[in-house]
Amino acid sequence: MSDRFTAIHMKEQPAEDRRKNFSEVPCGYTEEEAILEANRCLQCKNAPCIEGCPVAIDIRSFIGHLQKREFDKAINKIYEADILPCVTGRVCPQESQCQARCVLDKKGDAVSIGSLERYVADRDLDRRREALKDAPVDVSGKTKVAVIGSGPAGIACAADLNRYGYDVTIFEAFHKAGGVLTYGIPEFRLPKAIVDVEINSLVQTGVKLVPNALTGRSFTIDELMAEDYKAVFVGSGAGLPQFMNIPGENLNNVYSANEFLTRVNLMKAHRYPEYDTPVKHGKNCAVIGGGNVALDVARTAIRLGSEKVYLIYRRSQEEMPARHEEIRHALEEGMELLALTNPVAYHGDESGFLEKIECVKMELGEPDDSGRRRPIVKEGSNFFIEADVCVVSVGSTPNPLIAMTTPLLETTKWGTIKVDDNGMTTMPGVFAGGDIVTGAATVITAMGAGRTAAASMHEYIKKL
Amino acid sequence: MYKIIEKYSLAPQIEFARIKAPMISKKAEPGQFLIVVACEKSERIPLTIADFDREEGSVSIVFQKMGKGTHKIADFKAGESFHAVLGPQGNPTEIEGEKNIVVIGGGIGVAPVYPIARKFHENGVHVTSIIGYRGKDFLFWDDKLAAVSNEMKITTNDGSVGHKGFVTDVLQQMIDNKEPIDRVIAIGPPIMMKAVADVTRPHGIATTVSLNSLMVCGMGMCGACRVTVGGEVKFTCMDGPEFDAHKVDFAELMQRLGMYKDLEKDAHDEYKGDSNE
Ligand SMILES: Cc1cc2nc3c(=O)[nH]c(=O)nc-3n(C[C@H](O)[C@H](O)[C@H](O)COP(=O)(O)OP(=O)(O)OC[C@H]3O[C@@H](n4cnc5c(N)ncnc54)[C@H](O)[C@@H]3O)c2cc1C
Ligand SMILES: Cc1cc2nc3c(=O)[nH]c(=O)nc-3n(C[C@H](O)[C@H](O)[C@H](O)COP(=O)(O)OP(=O)(O)OC[C@H]3O[C@@H](n4cnc5c(N)ncnc54)[C@H](O)[C@@H]3O)c2cc1C
Ligand code: FES
Repeated sequence: MSDRFTAIHMKEQPAEDRRKNFSEVPCGYTEEEAILEANRCLQCKNAPCIEGCPVAIDIRSFIGHLQKREFDKAINKIYEADILPCVTGRVCPQESQCQARCVLDKKGDAVSIGSLERYVADRDLDRRREALKDAPVDVSGKTKVAVIGSGPAGIACAADLNRYGYDVTIFEAFHKAGGVLTYGIPEFRLPKAIVDVEINSLVQTGVKLVPNALTGRSFTIDELMAEDYKAVFVGSGAGLPQFMNIPGENLNNVYSANEFLTRVNLMKAHRYPEYDTPVKHGKNCAVIGGGNVALDVARTAIRLGSEKVYLIYRRSQEEMPARHEEIRHALEEGMELLALTNPVAYHGDESGFLEKIECVKMELGEPDDSGRRRPIVKEGSNFFIEADVCVVSVGSTPNPLIAMTTPLLETTKWGTIKVDDNGMTTMPGVFAGGDIVTGAATVITAMGAGRTAAASMHEYIKKL
Repeated sequence: MYKIIEKYSLAPQIEFARIKAPMISKKAEPGQFLIVVACEKSERIPLTIADFDREEGSVSIVFQKMGKGTHKIADFKAGESFHAVLGPQGNPTEIEGEKNIVVIGGGIGVAPVYPIARKFHENGVHVTSIIGYRGKDFLFWDDKLAAVSNEMKITTNDGSVGHKGFVTDVLQQMIDNKEPIDRVIAIGPPIMMKAVADVTRPHGIATTVSLNSLMVCGMGMCGACRVTVGGEVKFTCMDGPEFDAHKVDFAELMQRLGMYKDLEKDAHDEYKGDSNE
């Protein structure tokens, strides 16, 4: 039973079942579970958890309301700081943010802030779905502003600009909105029905969404400004996949994580042939990397039906940047972790299909810039892993298209767009935020950046 | 929505469609392509912009029915709409001071070559077009291309029209005759583009090809379209689709085009099976 120091964990689909489906793994709290968990919160005066939250949600107050079953007050408290709580409640790395600061964490389990957030937010979904039936709000005649990209940064920026009273248009390159929430994070971690509610809610409040609009080709930012958009927000993410430039990387069935996940999440290849886009998962699927992306790929491959799924990671499990919960889930589902291992070449058959991956063993040396111990190759330790599909998940960087086609935008040597404290770029009236500014980061920081920029854009336009 | 204004067959298995897409037509240039998503469940299919009309706000595609994806597009009728069309994507063909240009189109490649030839022609460049078809019944757009070419040569595999043989025979002849050629632009099946590259390489004639890699996103975020050019990995959708033919690893390109052969056949058989019921 529950005591002050033991968390109520959400019920989860058993590993044996969930290996075979794309439904969500944690099933959500019942009301009683949520209240019991909320009651563990000490309501500390200084609420250190809030400092751990990148957007400073008033965690103490929302849990306080929950303790009194004031569900509407609880959700409205969250909305003050976080407009995507259904999403962040599921995907935020709470264990290294709010929950890491929880006083209870020192003596036992931290309060499950993320799970409570999800509970409160999910409770509000029905009301929001109902509201979608109203006709879209008419914003004609208001000052026009543009948002490029419909990921969390763009969604948050558009929502706030809409509230400030602008005629907002989001230009999205894909045929479906949502950014990584739609094409990257799998259904079993973030149901697409939730992302749809977020997008549809925006449209219902009067935000215009233009899909299939690739800024830099379909039009340039300079052209948007000339067309009477008073300010532009760039939230185009960090979507350019990185490869390792090792021999054989272009063999058939060697994918980037972005391609593999896009085929499944956006194009629904897991429902092939009902949907037309295919994907190969292979009998033995190897995934290179140790972050959230790599784990999403591995767990997707398991669900698609690979018999063996290996995660090849060059450091040890301790250094893996992925969320702990995801690592635990993946191991439960049967993923094999090959830590301290690095690929050096891919070998294929005579038709150019991947057959095996040549790897080396690694050991950990002195700490590097990131503070983690540097992996060093053990000479002569080469060995082969049989794999017919491999997914390279070693990170992504900003796509250069927008910077290339906007002469006044300055970028850093990493290709990220330079902004000042208010989120304004080196081009007047053009703001940026999210992964395009920070490099690949998190949903909550992208959302926060979108909101900061919206406030700055409002100030900027008022002064025009 | 992307409404189909007009749609008809040009030749066996070859279809034409003109699509309402004002935002795209405004920017479209020869050499660029579109991503077409026929309906919600369809693949993202890359197709070259075969023509554009900025006044009407339309772009045209010419495509060959290959597998399920292109058959699905072909089954759309005028008045219906595609789910999504992205573009114009890819780098436009640039005129680099050439005086004499040879454009080569093989089969379906005749369509993308047309706006390129027109652009050079309009800019006063001497255009020689060499176009190859399987036979007489497969001819299309030879008249359109003739109107924007100073010289025009047709080849067919069976000799039913023009020269019997390949486009490379005619190109070789021009080279042997020492006709001035500043650049060759060739679009067609990979094997044809490779053959053209092999003909021009020993003579150091600049040669450009437009690659037809597999694609998913068509906007530089997935890497499905990667090709090796001059020993470096490039993304066809962002860095191309046009590349220096003498540097392209055609063997790898052809290998990668075969990645889904098994699945494609099943999908196609099933789709055509359905629609025949
Ligand atoms: C597989 C995966 C798993 C992840 N898991 C987590 C997690 O568990 N928790 C977490 O906090 N974070 C996670 N992240 C990171 C998080 O998703 C990102 O940090 C966040 O989505 C960044 O938001 P954004 O709005 O800046 O960009 P994105 O979400 O990348 O959205 C950018 C949008 O802009 C569009 N775009 C790009 N270029 C153009 C253009 N030229 N014109 C028009 N539109 C354009 C793109 O198509 C895209 O829709 C994960 C990322 C991935 C890939
Ligand atoms: C930049 C670009 C421009 C293109 N322009 C045109 C165009 O203007 N007109 C046109 O007809 N096609 C064009 N293509 C090729 C076209 O995209 C493919 O034919 C199409 O994707 C096939 O899809 P499918 O589902 O019908 O066939 P699939 O089921 O995918 O394939 C059926 C058969 O075609 C082969 N195939 C698949 N993709 C290609 C490809 N890209 N090239 C050659 N063979 C392939 C397969 O190996 C298989 O044997 C272009 C491709 C690119 C990348
Ligand atoms: S098709 Fe996705 S990167 Fe080129």
